[in-house]
Amino acid sequence: MSTTVQTASGKAKTMVLNMGPQHPSTHGVLRVILELDGEIVIKAEPVIGYLHTGIEKNCEKLTYSQCIPLTDRIDYLANLSNNLGYCLAVEKLAGIEVPKRAQYIRVLLTEMTRIASHLVWLGTHAIDLGAMSVFLYCFREREEILKIFEAISGQRMMTSYFRIGGLALEPPPGYLDWISGFLDTFPGHLAEYEDLLTENPIWKLRTQGVGVLKLDDAIAMAVSGPSLRGSGSDYDIRKYFPYSSYEDFDFKVQTQTAGDVYARYLVRLGEMRESVKICRQAMQKIPPQGPFRAEVRGLVPPSREEMKTSIEGLIYHFKIWTEGITPAPGQVYQAIESPRGELGFFVCSDGSNRPYRVKVRSPSFVNLQALPHLVVGKLIADVVASIGTIDIVLGEVDR
Amino acid sequence: MGAEQQDIPLAVRKLKERDPNGVAEVISFRGETTVVLPRNRLLNLAELLKSDPELDFAFLSDMTAVDRFPIEPRFEVNYHLTSLTYRQRLRLQVRVTTKDASVPSVTGIWPTANWHEREIWDLMGVRFEGHPNLTRILMPDDWEGHPHRKDYPVEGYR
Repeated sequence: MSTTVQTASGKAKTMVLNMGPQHPSTHGVLRVILELDGEIVIKAEPVIGYLHTGIEKNCEKLTYSQCIPLTDRIDYLANLSNNLGYCLAVEKLAGIEVPKRAQYIRVLLTEMTRIASHLVWLGTHAIDLGAMSVFLYCFREREEILKIFEAISGQRMMTSYFRIGGLALEPPPGYLDWISGFLDTFPGHLAEYEDLLTENPIWKLRTQGVGVLKLDDAIAMAVSGPSLRGSGSDYDIRKYFPYSSYEDFDFKVQTQTAGDVYARYLVRLGEMRESVKICRQAMQKIPPQGPFRAEVRGLVPPSREEMKTSIEGLIYHFKIWTEGITPAPGQVYQAIESPRGELGFFVCSDGSNRPYRVKVRSPSFVNLQALPHLVVGKLIADVVASIGTIDIVLGEVDR
Repeated sequence: MGAEQQDIPLAVRKLKERDPNGVAEVISFRGETTVVLPRNRLLNLAELLKSDPELDFAFLSDMTAVDRFPIEPRFEVNYHLTSLTYRQRLRLQVRVTTKDASVPSVTGIWPTANWHEREIWDLMGVRFEGHPNLTRILMPDDWEGHPHRKDYPVEGYR
């Protein structure tokens, strides 16, 4: 397929190049239709939907707590962030106050998730641009985090560990020691990645001035997360609309002004450092004892102890696991700062035991829409860098 | 929280000043404000929300639609606006009937609405007048029906 356009020198042939959906650098099944004038991209059109699984529609036939395992599968690199977003939305809808201990454990684990997700991003982004060894190092560290998740929740990736009202289980004894062991070594590993990349002339040539996203365009396209902060805005939901007690933590929002691939790289590396700081603060704050789940009659399951010893507890336990919970009719929108940006859950209740409508505002979907701003007018060789830098997860784009 | 409750009515007040009949209903639920607008007032009032320096809702976080089948008006289209300057959120809602399921497109005001509107058209079957390219986005081009409608079974038609 080819079309002709009018150029300054008269008629010129352009070429339409189909990239994907099966392409190793599209990080999933993304198709981009590129129109090229020589080596210059003059039009880029992302085509999505190859991974659409109807998660939002499926939620409508499940009870509120049955939806949690589906949220894991939306963004399969940041499962706990998705769990958190959905649980916070339902808690807001039902008016459940989560105990501080559970809130701090949630913060600790979502920040570990952020590190794990950024590691996958860094590894795959570097391998896209030809830096093979960084990929191996990043996955080595990510594996350590997944082992910790497995020990805590029973699953490496599909954790479903956050539940409506708190956590699924009391974390196992010694979990803080494992996390602390990871946090002790991780800053050294980060320095290793920086040694390999930050001042590397090839890395700089491939990333500096490439895929520039201007701040005005970013806001008009509602780009969020590190992709927006690389362009100069400090919009971070953890600071702007704090949730799960983020207001108790002291951390700096990472911003850069250049708006190019290199700037977003620096933002994400900085965020990993800040996440380590937040994790350490959370470990200080988590009380060793205390409830890991709210005690709300009829909305949150009672403790095992209560279920086994009181008839009332048994009744509520039975009712919640057979019938589910029934929040009052209404609709809420709860956004959290996922590793990719503003992850919003819109949950609408009609007063029954199933959500009437669940809508996921996925950051990848919205950020991907801005891809043409990054690549049009630039070289085709930089398209791969520009796709990698916005850190999309196709499961989340298509839901 | 206090500031939020004081300032959001500023947006509502400004909307009512601009167009006394433009605000059909204001709903407050769990600290969130929803302003229900008649369809023909949407573009005018959306423009005000974005351009007024005291409101500055330049960031359209999300758009979504809810199907209230069989109640009429059946579709609710929600706009989740965020003001980065004042750290505020506001939800606009427009309700349309089955027979006339179309809403003016806001892509001219918030370009990010482009894919959201395509998604709502694809999954819910609400048209957006003036959209530059209103085609299916998640479902295949030859798909029949709009899967998120309540009269569309979860298992699909088989």
